[in-house]
Amino acid sequence: MKPVVATSEPAPKTPPVADRIGERLYRFDGGLRLRHNKKIACRDPVARPALPAELVVPMRQHSGPPARPCVAEGQFVLKGERIGEGPERGAHIHAPTSGRVTSVQDRPMAHATGQPGTCVVIRPDGEDRWGERTPFPAWETSDPAALRAHIRHHGIVGLGGAVFPTDLKAGAATVTPIHTLVLNGVECEPWIACDEMLMREQPRHLVEGALILAHAAGVERVVIAIEDQMGAVERALAEAAAELGGGRCRVVKVPTVYPEGGERQLVQTLTGLEVPAGGYPHDLGLLVQNVATAAAVRQAVIAGEPLVERIVTVTGHGVRHPRNLLALLGTPAAHLVEAAGGYTDDAARLVVGGPMMGYPLGSDAEPVVKATNCLLVLTTGDMRPPQGELPCIRCGDCASACPARLQPQELQFMARAAQWDAVAALGVDACIECACCDLVCPSQIPLADWFRYAKGEVRRVSSERVAAERARERFEAREARLERARQEKAERLARRKDKLRDEAGRKRQIEAALARAKGTKDPSAEDEA
Amino acid sequence: MRTFHAAAAPHLPSKRTVRGVMSQVLLALVPGIAVHAWLFGPGIFVQIVIASGFALAFEAALLRLRGRPLAPFLTDGSAVVAASLFALCIPPLAPWWIAAVAMFFAIVIAKHCFGGLGHNVFNPAMVGYVVVLISFPLQLTRWPLPRELSSGTPGLDATLQAILGGRVIAPDGIDALTGATPLDAIRTGLAEGRPLDTVLQSPVFGAVGGTGWEWLAAAFGIGGLYLLWRGIIRWQVPVATLGSVLVMALVAWVLNPETYPSAVLHCLSGGLVLGAFFIATDPVSGCASGRGRLVFGAGVGVLTLVIRYWGGYPDGVAFAVLLMNMAAPLVDRVTRPRVYGT
Repeated sequence: MKPVVATSEPAPKTPPVADRIGERLYRFDGGLRLRHNKKIACRDPVARPALPAELVVPMRQHSGPPARPCVAEGQFVLKGERIGEGPERGAHIHAPTSGRVTSVQDRPMAHATGQPGTCVVIRPDGEDRWGERTPFPAWETSDPAALRAHIRHHGIVGLGGAVFPTDLKAGAATVTPIHTLVLNGVECEPWIACDEMLMREQPRHLVEGALILAHAAGVERVVIAIEDQMGAVERALAEAAAELGGGRCRVVKVPTVYPEGGERQLVQTLTGLEVPAGGYPHDLGLLVQNVATAAAVRQAVIAGEPLVERIVTVTGHGVRHPRNLLALLGTPAAHLVEAAGGYTDDAARLVVGGPMMGYPLGSDAEPVVKATNCLLVLTTGDMRPPQGELPCIRCGDCASACPARLQPQELQFMARAAQWDAVAALGVDACIECACCDLVCPSQIPLADWFRYAKGEVRRVSSERVAAERARERFEAREARLERARQEKAERLARRKDKLRDEAGRKRQIEAALARAKGTKDPSAEDEA
Repeated sequence: MRTFHAAAAPHLPSKRTVRGVMSQVLLALVPGIAVHAWLFGPGIFVQIVIASGFALAFEAALLRLRGRPLAPFLTDGSAVVAASLFALCIPPLAPWWIAAVAMFFAIVIAKHCFGGLGHNVFNPAMVGYVVVLISFPLQLTRWPLPRELSSGTPGLDATLQAILGGRVIAPDGIDALTGATPLDAIRTGLAEGRPLDTVLQSPVFGAVGGTGWEWLAAAFGIGGLYLLWRGIIRWQVPVATLGSVLVMALVAWVLNPETYPSAVLHCLSGGLVLGAFFIATDPVSGCASGRGRLVFGAGVGVLTLVIRYWGGYPDGVAFAVLLMNMAAPLVDRVTRPRVYGT
């Protein structure tokens, strides 16, 4: 494939792979072609729903420990004001609108674990009044570290789902110098269309954000990867890239195969290289960021606005009018579904994310967070019937579909038998939980669920083993210390005994000498006499 | 507020089911069964019905004994597939108790004693077939002559009498219908010291394979291609099985055409095409990885020829499959692909 924008600048000193990205595409193993179901939500432009009656803003919207609320109940906050103090390896949380903090309490929140967490509940005053906005002037000539601090200040995390703090990822110290920023616009899960709409509607913002992000990471080139079925997007992005990016920014179309949007699969498609086990694209000199993250960076740097909203696709056969909505963080799911026409009569499941990897919500009171790209409402007909699991017949369809080249049929046998060492040896850690195996399994075994569980168990066993090893070392050290103490005591005693014996001996010697002296005294006296 | 029932991802229906896979296999057997019936009469239908009946009965009994639910396992189709494959291996007029004994060993011993669906080490159909082949050689080698070589095929009446009543040698000459299969003819001919080209003059040999049998092989091949097209089986096993037979037989034939029949004749006679597409491709007792399947298929092909050349039986597909079943776990272990990023 020819790059849309030819590189005209002389190449700086980067690995040869950097120049070739996008010129030739490689294949990743396995994967599935799924029904896309995206058009249904793309008929209308992205719209902003009315302000909800209440915003529930979780303090944990990023990977790592939660932020600490820094507002009190009853306090009035302006839009964009910081309400959560992020930990060092986390991100700050900002008020999505102006209003009064009604409570700071534990609420159920949209997270795969389903665990409740601290949330700041805000009752909007309806005016949506901004606090102070802090653009970053002249970013092109700025110090990348200062730019990263600004990005951190505005609470930006990866919006592709992993919600890792963007400043940390851009500033990570790496062995291999980062040579290329890859913007991931490959939205491979069915139904989800928020990134596609963003690329369609704000191509210039996105390219600008990409260039800022590249500067913050000290990277020269930018590759924006999109699916080859996103026709309108390609043209819009290529124009923006040519205009703003000069020769530094190119758009690359990759095949529409699930899970092409997985970081590891995208890297493999673009470079033919595999991200090493336990490593990151950094190790290959690549910084991979979601397109929405770039747009958020642009908002933070040019407009000075922190991350307080995101595009959410509200879709599925279970909503009446599927569409994309620009939702304030903290908006309850129910409010967005309402804005998309409400539920149909046969709505049966509410999923955050796509049908392959999304997790179900127990209730629609749970709020939109930075990671929420899609609210998918499914009907009974969309899902698999609950019964029907049969034993594995080892057909190997799962292995053929696995992008990590695992052997799910062997893994599930070992996982059922709780043979965690064997599960680890078969490489379960490479599983990206894409659920391709699960979907093709004729025995309808919930393989993805098994592997999520197995990965947890492998980690638990290994940490228990580490703990046991430490305990053993401690025990042995203690035993050795006690033994040493015993020996020292014994030696001390022995020395003392020796000394006493010595003293006793000496005493005897003295006495003997004295006796001798006494005995010889007379002759000597005689001598003297 | 509205609450929802939660379940883990993926939230999509499966692409296929075990029952669907087994149905496709049965569907793919239809051309072969049709040609079989055309060549040898309706015996194959009777055998399939009898074998399936016994297979399902044993399946139900064992599921009951093992305390497993009956409905999902009786309807998964695996017993009927095993029964049909077995029926296609035996002479169509074999007495009914042959199928009964074979299905006992297939379903009770080979399948349920090893843990039921998905856990059998050996291909159940082949276990059943090999048990009766060894135990009852007389009944298992009495193949009728195909339509082209005989005065006609027996009607349903005569077929039922033969199978159920054991009246194989009827006065009106059903006996005259039985004769040597092409592989038998080669074996006996060579054993009698006749040169191969004279043996091949016999009318049992047709244009490329055995008279009649070549049609059967072609029909199984068509069914196999259908399975490939539908993605039910993968290319590795059939290609490796037929490929290894072609190469090995070609080499042998080039070295000594007096003794070794041509590669094409080998491929199209006996149970090789059926074996390559329908039996060696059994997922449960075969290999799961792509490379593993290549090794498995090649093993089946080579062992089949070894048995045909130097073994005690004219055809060796069943034995070759069972031998490779034993090797499959090891093959799977050594052919495991490298995991991403390692």
